[in-house]
Amino acid sequence: MQNALQGGGAKAIEKQVAMGKMTARDRIISLLDTNSFHEYDLFVEHAAKDFDMDKKYLAGDGVITGTGTISGHPVCIFAQDFTVAGGSLGLMHARKITKIMDHAMSLKIPLIGINDSGGARIQEGVNSLAGYGEIFYRNTQASGVIPQISVILGPCAGGAVYSPALTDFVFVVDKISKMFITGPEVIKSVLGEEISMEELGGARVHSEITGNAHFFAESEAECFDQIKKLMTYIPWNNTKKADPYPKKAPRTKEFKISEIMPTDPREPYDVRKVIMAITDDSNFFEIQEMFAANIVIGFGRINGQTVGFVANQPMVLAGVLDVDSSDKAARFIRYCNAFNVPLVTLVDLPGYLPGIDQEHAGVIRHGAKILYSYSEATVPKITVILRKAYGGGYIAMCSRHLKADFVFTWPTAEIAVMGPEGAANIIFRSEILNAENPDQVRKEKIEEYKQKFANPYVAAAHGYIDAVIEPDETRKFIAHALEISVQKSEKSPEKKHGLPPF
Amino acid sequence: MENTPENPNSTPLQSFKVGDDEYFTIVPQKFLNRKAYQTPNPKIITSFMPGNIPDVFVMIGDVVVEGQKLCTLEAMKMKNVIYSPCSGTVKSINVEPGKMVPKNFVLIEIE
Repeated sequence: MQNALQGGGAKAIEKQVAMGKMTARDRIISLLDTNSFHEYDLFVEHAAKDFDMDKKYLAGDGVITGTGTISGHPVCIFAQDFTVAGGSLGLMHARKITKIMDHAMSLKIPLIGINDSGGARIQEGVNSLAGYGEIFYRNTQASGVIPQISVILGPCAGGAVYSPALTDFVFVVDKISKMFITGPEVIKSVLGEEISMEELGGARVHSEITGNAHFFAESEAECFDQIKKLMTYIPWNNTKKADPYPKKAPRTKEFKISEIMPTDPREPYDVRKVIMAITDDSNFFEIQEMFAANIVIGFGRINGQTVGFVANQPMVLAGVLDVDSSDKAARFIRYCNAFNVPLVTLVDLPGYLPGIDQEHAGVIRHGAKILYSYSEATVPKITVILRKAYGGGYIAMCSRHLKADFVFTWPTAEIAVMGPEGAANIIFRSEILNAENPDQVRKEKIEEYKQKFANPYVAAAHGYIDAVIEPDETRKFIAHALEISVQKSEKSPEKKHGLPPF
Repeated sequence: MENTPENPNSTPLQSFKVGDDEYFTIVPQKFLNRKAYQTPNPKIITSFMPGNIPDVFVMIGDVVVEGQKLCTLEAMKMKNVIYSPCSGTVKSINVEPGKMVPKNFVLIEIE
């Protein structure tokens, strides 16, 4: 028993700590409520017979599994133990993981996986590949049924990366997390390219460039705090709603919409402040903060209930939709829909980003994901158009036409096919070209177009907008809309599954 | 007041045009780093993936016909033969047998 609890032994633990990492058991204990961890399968032994492996003892076969609670929420958890054979995944190691995954599914409670592993246990050959496959299958079956959280606290390479990639949220820690399909050594030997592990697949790379990671932390302790916070916003499973919390008003002294919004419509502002002017106690829990920052996603509460926010960020790239931001928003919308979280969309964008690189990167295919996700979502959908909503961007950002339940706009909103300059150049083309003073006429025509269309009333006249509201009334309208939408039940047409443009 | 989501007060706002409309906003590095599009020129033969060049079958000045073997590119445990996409004269060769090349490296030019 003592042997099993000591993992890879004093020396290996010393090494682990020297790398700035906690041991697997300490990680579980720090993450779960005090004294709530119950461990299972401590005495499972590895099944490797070849290469003298039968003479070796591997404590718990390199993975700790069990159940416990986080802020009173029950969870299933596993943590790979890097001190035992590098946390390598063999048959019994995988079987321990799949067993706890099966528990999570039958008990309908969240699953948390802490990854810290050198990868497949080569000595176990195809059995270790089988192990990964069994895990991926269960990740997929559990997707959208129970929340699945992956925490990368060490290397996670090769096949191992695909389990986190299949889960809902991936947490990484600076200088500790490393994720890649093929490591720097293989890349160098096969392709002759040199790169460090950190530059190839460090925490920053996955938080800023690839979008694989959802939460970035400076330390393991900060990472565990983020997980605990996330758990407060999400339900145990897809039949429940997130726990309600006591209602709180926003801190309107700090976050007053009429003061956040610049008067010049071309001036940017931080849309997260608008969100904070709406949410309880002005708390906003942002997801994928550094990836595709031109769209903002995350959780907040309104009158104690969890809400998922999707908002264009005029501060970055004018808030355009592009390949990455569409992908980011679409996945979050699907998460919210799967777990009964109402969606609030704040719109202020000039449309999709023009450019050869965007077209060639598949902005059609990726951009379609956001349309698909909003159209498919049956949770309450509330949209507020803040300033600009042009062209395809207007349609995509949860418009009435994608079956938003409520669409509100501020009086400053401009809902049009395109911006005034571009529109005037097309509509009044010949008048401008044939004028004695084309610049003067162009200006007049832009002004004329602005007067006519750069407002919410044309759309409101068609009933596409439910109400034109004062900015400082936004929370009131959203809160009321959410309150009366609690019974919303909408059924999608019967199908095996849809075909979103992956 | 902070002016950027990632780095408060560090990234200046820039002019950014979407269609005919101009905005002032942060333009992230990832956007600025994007590569300009180049129309492909079939006479410039580049490596379609990084790898090793085990053999070069032609020399400068050789007259080649479309479909003729030019060199091999070995990558991912596979030897790929690179054939000439057009007929012409070999103008330059930038590789020798045994050389490692990155992706999109100009291997051979034909005129």
